[in-house]
Amino acid sequence: MWKKHKLLERNSLLLVLGIVIVVSIGGLIEISPLFYLESTIEKVQGMRPYTPLELAGRDVYIREGCYLCHSQMIRPLRDEAERYGHYSLAAESMYDHPFQWGSKRTGPDLARVGGKYSDSWHKDHLVDPRAVVPESVMPPYRFLAEKNLDTRDIQAKLAALTRVGVPYTQADIDNAQADLRAQADPFDMGGGALKKRYGAKVAQRDFDGDPERLTEMDALIAYLQMLGTLVDFKTYQAQDPENQR
Amino acid sequence: MTQPAINPPDSAPWGAQALYVFTGIGAFVAFLMSALTQDPLFRFSSLIFLTAFLLAAGVMTVGIANGRFRYDPNRYEDGVIRAGVIATLFWAIAGLAAGALIAAQLAWPRLFYFPEAGWLNFGRLRPLHTSGVIFAFGGNALIATSFWVVQRTCKARLFGGILPWFVFWGYQLFLVLAATGYLAGITQSREYAEPEWYVDLWLTIVWVAYLLVFLGTLWKRKEPHIYVANWFYLAFIVTIAVLHLVNNAALPVGLLNHRSYSAYAGVQDALVQWWYGHNAVGFFLTAGFLGMMYYFVPKRVERPVYSYRLSIVHFWSLIFIYIWAGPHHLHYTALPQWAQTLGATFSIMLWMPSWGGMINGLMTLSGAWDKLRTDAVVRMMVVALAFYGMSTFEGPLMSIREVNALSHYTDWTIGHVHSGALGWVGFISFAAVYCMVPWLWKKKGLWSDRLVEWHFWIATTGILLYIAAMWVSGIMEGLMWREYTPQGFLANSFVETVSAKHIENVIRLVGGLMYLSGAAIMSYNIWRTIRMPSAQTLAAPTAPVLIAAE
Repeated sequence: MWKKHKLLERNSLLLVLGIVIVVSIGGLIEISPLFYLESTIEKVQGMRPYTPLELAGRDVYIREGCYLCHSQMIRPLRDEAERYGHYSLAAESMYDHPFQWGSKRTGPDLARVGGKYSDSWHKDHLVDPRAVVPESVMPPYRFLAEKNLDTRDIQAKLAALTRVGVPYTQADIDNAQADLRAQADPFDMGGGALKKRYGAKVAQRDFDGDPERLTEMDALIAYLQMLGTLVDFKTYQAQDPENQR
Repeated sequence: MTQPAINPPDSAPWGAQALYVFTGIGAFVAFLMSALTQDPLFRFSSLIFLTAFLLAAGVMTVGIANGRFRYDPNRYEDGVIRAGVIATLFWAIAGLAAGALIAAQLAWPRLFYFPEAGWLNFGRLRPLHTSGVIFAFGGNALIATSFWVVQRTCKARLFGGILPWFVFWGYQLFLVLAATGYLAGITQSREYAEPEWYVDLWLTIVWVAYLLVFLGTLWKRKEPHIYVANWFYLAFIVTIAVLHLVNNAALPVGLLNHRSYSAYAGVQDALVQWWYGHNAVGFFLTAGFLGMMYYFVPKRVERPVYSYRLSIVHFWSLIFIYIWAGPHHLHYTALPQWAQTLGATFSIMLWMPSWGGMINGLMTLSGAWDKLRTDAVVRMMVVALAFYGMSTFEGPLMSIREVNALSHYTDWTIGHVHSGALGWVGFISFAAVYCMVPWLWKKKGLWSDRLVEWHFWIATTGILLYIAAMWVSGIMEGLMWREYTPQGFLANSFVETVSAKHIENVIRLVGGLMYLSGAAIMSYNIWRTIRMPSAQTLAAPTAPVLIAAE
């Protein structure tokens, strides 16, 4: 048997072929079913794509590397459910390209941080974390409040997400700029077009306490305030056979 | 050989001419990219591309004019390895220093954060540290040693004329693009695969060239058998290519926009990423460095590899089993439980092939154990193997569901990674560099063996401080998160678990600084070695200086 290994040791292309076959098996068996299994592609009531402002905020979240210290995945363990809320469902990250589950909790989980703190708490905390939580080790993000949000490519971003499977409509894409500005404007004159497209629960207000400007802070807080709020766990039945697939 | 053995005296080899044209086209494309884009971050990267291509074109103009690119096909290509050794040490210092800085930020946030300099925040620097040590330090060590090993064990010059130099400089450009991108905020947020789509494309080009150089050299070999170290290097190169392509599948927002969105979403995306993430460990940080181990350990102790059969068994089982282990990063998440269980099962099975490699390496010292006392480089290799064995035992342990419920999201994971990275990857690379430098620069030995001793002891103590601190803080915070009062309430707020880790964070920084000092001592020693007068007694490089340790 050992003699036969000579064949591979003497032929580099056979060796490469052997390696490719051997390393392909595990990935194929584990990953491909996830694109077909119902439990991983189900849709839960309440899930919707991000509004343009939330999406811009999510891009700020990614740019600043927040995922390196904050997870967005609550495990079904007693202490986590009590600390953070209902365990995370697969469907809750179905529009996340890429996912933000994270791998480390240097800070707390953020999967359901939406609505737990006020906008002004978030702003104060982001500007100077230790002014609000003295023991915090989080970096300061004062510059977000000073930087105008660059909205030029928001339409292109929605269009790109549509091509990887997020169900934005053509109207969503065409009105992305208007929707983005409307969400941070408490006196929106758009006649509720934003809520018509993204649902009545969408938070529409000035997020960073500076109504004159649309900043990156507006976008990031809009994103943080919607995290984990889409699925209503007062009505969600985990034991329902429909949700046990 | 595809190149003519002897070039006409006044013309550069066609490979150099082709590369010259390529740098010109590259500079032009980069110029267009920077001129046409509206995206400031994309322009920033384009200008780095432009600078690099212009520099390369300038250097090549001078080089071609002076006939610099002609070479003797009967000699080994060692210049690119010398450059690789220097790059390895440069990036080691850079990556470790970035690590020390972010450790300091977690220990003393009031001192080491600068509100006006957002690009120095933890979130921007952390990928700089991880990529800096894994891909910059580790990657350069792998490329340099693989070029050394494949030439010596095949008794053939590197394939492709100037192509190895393209691999070297192309890889440095990838690293500079990635590193500057992180500081500027360009990231896909995929851990250990943060660079954006255009940097990924550039790496793909470089990686294909690397595979070509490696395979081409194997095809030119004068030995009938491919030596075992080369199996591991080959598995590393091929599998990293597959992982890179699948995990980075993404759609750019525009051809002149830095941002892209992953082709996968949510749970599928998570599993693809951790399939990649764990196999970056398995194939970059393990298979590649096992290749290094299989050449430099036998060479240094002048003993054959302990068991040929064990190397066959553990090679194939290692690469087969590793691929399955990714889902253990996703225990108790929304990933279906069968996938989690499968991942954990294979992670536990992985223990055996991992220890197969460790045993094969350690037992190679049979009959030469006395060298542990006299040769600090051998000691470094043995400690590297010991840390490899330790962390490949700890890994399966942490992949068990119940253990993972405690360890996941905590500093324990950070400690686990560092016992592998500092202990195994770092030490085996340092040892290989200590071996190669006198050979490459034709010296009798290192400038100072005492400094190797200092490096060894300072760095080893540093690792122990680091991982012990992380065990304590990781297990402590895991327990504090789940601690209840007798009344049935959660005992600790989250921030109490943060402040409880302060002392451990300081100890971690001390350990990291010690490891960094070790690398600085090494760099000084290597620099002095290079500047020593050359030994004339060494054999000419045309003769096979080294014999494969099969």
